[in-house]
Amino acid sequence: MSLLDVKNLDAFYGDFQALFGIDFNLNDGETVAIIGANGAGKSTFLRALTGLVSSTSENLAYQSNSIAGKAAADIVGLGLAMVPEGRRLFPSLSVEENLQMGAYLGRPGSWTLERIYELFPALKQRKDVPGTALSGGEQQMTAIGRALMSNPNVLLFDELSLGLAPMIIKGIYASLPAIKQDGVSLIVVEQDINQALQVADRVYCFQEGRVSLTGAPGELTREQIAGAYFGH
Amino acid sequence: MIEWANTIINGVLTGGLYAMFAAGLAIIFGVMRLVNIAHGDLIVLSAFVAMVVIETLGMNPFFSLLFVLPIMFVIGYALQRGILNYTLSDDLLPPLLVTFGISIILQNLLLEIFSADAQRLKAGEVETMSIELAKGLEIGVFPLIVFIVAVAMIWLVQMLFTGTKIGRAFRATSDDANTAQLMGINHKQIFALSMALSLVLVGIAGVFLGVRSNFDPSLGPSRLLFAFEAVIIGGLGSIWGTLAGGVILAVAQNIGAKIDPGWQILAGHVAFLVVLVFRPNGLFPRTRDD
Amino acid sequence: MTETRYTVQRSTKLSRFGAIAGIILLAVLIAGPWWLDRASMRLFVEIFYFLALAQMWNLLAGYGGLVSVGQQAFVGLGGYLLFILAVHLGIGPLWTVPLAGIIGGIISLPVAFLVFRLRGHYFAIGTWVVAEVFLLSFAQVKSLGGGSGMSLPISVIKEISESRSGRDQAVYWMALAVVVVIVAGVYWLLRSRHGLALTSIRDSEEASRSLGVDNFRTKLMVYIAAAVGTSAIGALIYMTKLRITPGAAFDINWTTTVIFIVVIGGIGTIEGPIIGTIIFFLLREPLSDFGSWYLMLLGAIAVVIMLKAPQGLWGLIAERYDLRFFPVQRRVFFKDSPD
Repeated sequence: MSLLDVKNLDAFYGDFQALFGIDFNLNDGETVAIIGANGAGKSTFLRALTGLVSSTSENLAYQSNSIAGKAAADIVGLGLAMVPEGRRLFPSLSVEENLQMGAYLGRPGSWTLERIYELFPALKQRKDVPGTALSGGEQQMTAIGRALMSNPNVLLFDELSLGLAPMIIKGIYASLPAIKQDGVSLIVVEQDINQALQVADRVYCFQEGRVSLTGAPGELTREQIAGAYFGH
Repeated sequence: MIEWANTIINGVLTGGLYAMFAAGLAIIFGVMRLVNIAHGDLIVLSAFVAMVVIETLGMNPFFSLLFVLPIMFVIGYALQRGILNYTLSDDLLPPLLVTFGISIILQNLLLEIFSADAQRLKAGEVETMSIELAKGLEIGVFPLIVFIVAVAMIWLVQMLFTGTKIGRAFRATSDDANTAQLMGINHKQIFALSMALSLVLVGIAGVFLGVRSNFDPSLGPSRLLFAFEAVIIGGLGSIWGTLAGGVILAVAQNIGAKIDPGWQILAGHVAFLVVLVFRPNGLFPRTRDD
Repeated sequence: MTETRYTVQRSTKLSRFGAIAGIILLAVLIAGPWWLDRASMRLFVEIFYFLALAQMWNLLAGYGGLVSVGQQAFVGLGGYLLFILAVHLGIGPLWTVPLAGIIGGIISLPVAFLVFRLRGHYFAIGTWVVAEVFLLSFAQVKSLGGGSGMSLPISVIKEISESRSGRDQAVYWMALAVVVVIVAGVYWLLRSRHGLALTSIRDSEEASRSLGVDNFRTKLMVYIAAAVGTSAIGALIYMTKLRITPGAAFDINWTTTVIFIVVIGGIGTIEGPIIGTIIFFLLREPLSDFGSWYLMLLGAIAVVIMLKAPQGLWGLIAERYDLRFFPVQRRVFFKDSPD
């Protein structure tokens, strides 16, 4: 079943066009990775999906209902959650309060504080620490936990491994299967191509605001990916 | 000696009133980075609203709060939702100029409706009752009530912000309105609610102001300056700081007045400037990059 | 990479036309005392000094990004300097105008030291507090009349000129000179390196800092420049009013009016305050009798403009028709561009 359907999406920052005619779809239970160089428009696309950036399109639908023009807060309520680039924890709130913030809308589901602490035990000891006093890896865990607390159907990761040490990245990726087990579909924006190819069912490559390549990791050759990544 | 104790203690109590003025201002700056130039005029407005309620329904100023507070809540919500939400951006000019315009409109509107005459809300005997703490050391009962209410008010606001879901939403929105939206928070509504809360506090301040001293349509700007000074002295981001700020400001004013009656307000401004020189972030700032 | 060639264009057709029209207008205004009656001359003096005040506030806020709600501190300071210099120190009244400017500029240094510790909205209110301190302090000075103020003694008034018409002329030309110097000064400043620095700070503080622009020094310079101008104007104003009180000299209304003028006309442009001043006086003449309703109208207009057309009337016109009378922008034309 198609969860997210995007057809011919353009996105703008003021006068500047960042995305050109993006076609994209996400099926139920899938993990889709989006790769591409800096400035290719990957984060912009996620923000357009979540309603933080304005866009125009032929079709922008979640579970067959149009979400074009909807406010970000409403889109989250439908079951789309994002782990933002740079984590973006709330500095005035503690770890636990950040997690509680994720449950603001009270969407029903199986993710609770206890389950998050089970998934990320390191957070339990740090639960009263303010968001700013954590390490990069702990921040990422908190940000993921916060997004999970909204019991989403689709989880978007913006630059999942950016700024994190390799060991931490491994740990984060190791937690993904537990999340997927719940039936959450994932979109992962990732600079690390290898990680992306390992974890994804399908891959999109963005280049200068356009989709330059799409397919399953097994089908795509190194040359194809390099060509799509860097352009000519 | 005892006279100085009198001066200082009464200054402390007046500080409670100033803290009341300041609390509403501190909240909206905390949540929205907005300074409402019309803040003082809204305090005066609520005093006038109380006056009308009292005259129409013939009740005690304290009971008038039951009407004044909901009215101010609605005014605050509508003001934010209808006008001020459209001014919020990185540019600080629009909200400043719009609230400036609103301040002018309010002052002149009140002038047209109520004239420039000084008004007072009558609360009966409690206005003049006093307690003698020691020989020559008297404090007014009403100022004491004001101080206690101010402390209670600040304590409740602090509880709201730290212990409730909406309080967390306020803090999250104030930290990062974009990411707050990703939590499902309707930031426009949060802003409106915080302004509504601010005006509820303004309403309380207005009623107590009206009982404590004379008021007229032109009193707003000077109350805004006191509120602002109390917030800065106390320290940005700290609601208990505004209590300290209010107290320090009022005590400075009282000391100034004792030296020379014409120096009262000036002494307060000077205290503010002194704090500004040595502690630009205030006395109890919460670390925040603004 | 192909070698790009570009030119930097500064003037526009309209600005060249505007320069000629401006010179003609200036000549007409200089000849004012010969074709204006007394009341009109006084009105023009008011227009000149409000325009000058507006240009100063606009320089601070529109270009410098420093929104001050306390410029009345310098209006009053300039006014009192007229009295101190002319009455107590016997200096010729007309000389006090530039002198007040200089002294005001010097005094603005410690003031800047204080208020620059605040940012944004808090800076704005901080400047207001400083103005209040000036007000309350001057009200304590007995030799300047204390709280009830003082009038300019006849002996000093006669120093401007023996005859009344002579005084009207002298004040008129002084006011015209002040506004011309100020507008020319602002124009010169914005066309200079400093102007480029200012616009870059206004557009992005971080970016300009990374390019080596000293934000603090530039802002300080602007603040002092505005203080110099405003103090000089203050001395001029009280030379026309002949009587000063602390309440009037340091009245927030100086700033309120100026803000209204700049906002309606268009903030961040030189043309904006000119348009705004004209509109302000066009509204004032018929409507000021309505007292509070007139003021409420002004406030409402300011609110609506800020919400719907924050770039002001000139901003709307300039955008629509791409006009500029005072060319302070620099447009880069690339040689190969399809323009």
